[in-house]
Amino acid sequence: MNLETKELTVDPRQWVSKYADYLYNYALTRLNDEDIARDLVQDTFLAALEKIQSFKGESSERTWLTAILKYKVIDIYRKKSATILLKPDVTQAEKEQDNFFNTEDGHWNAEHRPILLGVEDNDPLHNKELAHILQLCMHKLPALWLSVFTMKHVDGENTEMICTSLKLSTSNYWVIIHRAKLNLRACLQRNWS
Amino acid sequence: MGELKKIAYNCKKATLLIEKKQITLLTLREKLELKIHLAGCSVCRTFEKQSIMINELVKKLFDEANQKELHLDNDYKTALQQEIETRLNN
Repeated sequence: MNLETKELTVDPRQWVSKYADYLYNYALTRLNDEDIARDLVQDTFLAALEKIQSFKGESSERTWLTAILKYKVIDIYRKKSATILLKPDVTQAEKEQDNFFNTEDGHWNAEHRPILLGVEDNDPLHNKELAHILQLCMHKLPALWLSVFTMKHVDGENTEMICTSLKLSTSNYWVIIHRAKLNLRACLQRNWS
Repeated sequence: MGELKKIAYNCKKATLLIEKKQITLLTLREKLELKIHLAGCSVCRTFEKQSIMINELVKKLFDEANQKELHLDNDYKTALQQEIETRLNN
C-alpha cells in the first residue's frame, strides 16, 4: 500500500512541467542571477533523481524539491560570503554607517536620524513606490547581509542554522542583522521623496 | 554613568535590541532597557516602526515574486526534460 502511494506521488517525468517555473522563481528571487537560478533548477532535479528513494511521501513533491533547492541556494550564499567578506561591498557599507551614531554616547547623529516618511500609518504594504525603492535598496545590500536578512526574515530559518550554514559566529550574525536593517532603512529614507 | 542611564542615551544599542526583539526573546534586563529607552526617544520609536514595516514589506515582496509566473526558457525546459528521461531510462 505504502509503495503504491509512493509511486503515485513521485513522477519525475512531470517535474519540469509542474515545478520548473516555481523553482526557478524561488532561486531567482533569492539570488538575483538568471544563469545561476537556471543551473540550480537543473541541479535540483538531478540531485532529486539520485535520491528518489529517500522521498518518503511525507511532504508534497514540490516541498521536497524546494528543500533540495534551498540547500543549493544556501551553498551559493556560503560561497559568496567566503569570497566577499573582505571585499569592498561590506567594507564600504560598514563605512557608510560609521557616522550614523555619535561614537561617544551612541546617540543618532542629526543628519542620520530616522524621520517618519508619512507612509507608516497609511497602508505601507500596498504602496508601490515604497516597494520599488525597497527593492532597489535590497539590491544594493552587500551579498552576505542580504543572504542573512533573507534567510531570517523571509524564510524564517532559525539563527543556529543560519550561523552554521554561513559559518558565522553568533555575535557576527547579530551585527549583520543590525547593520542590514540600518542600511535598508537609511536607504529608504534617502530615496523617499 | 549607571548602566541603565547609559542605555537611555544609547540609540545604537537600542536599535540592536529592536532588531533582536523581532527575532528572539529579549532577556528581562534587555526588555527593561529598551522600554526605558523608547519611552524617552522618539527617534528610535520611529526606527522601530519603520523596521517592522520593512520586514513585513520584504516578506510580501518575496511572496509576490514567488507567485509571479516568471518562466524558465522553453528550450531549457525541453533540454531538462530530455535529460531526466535519459537518466530514467538508463
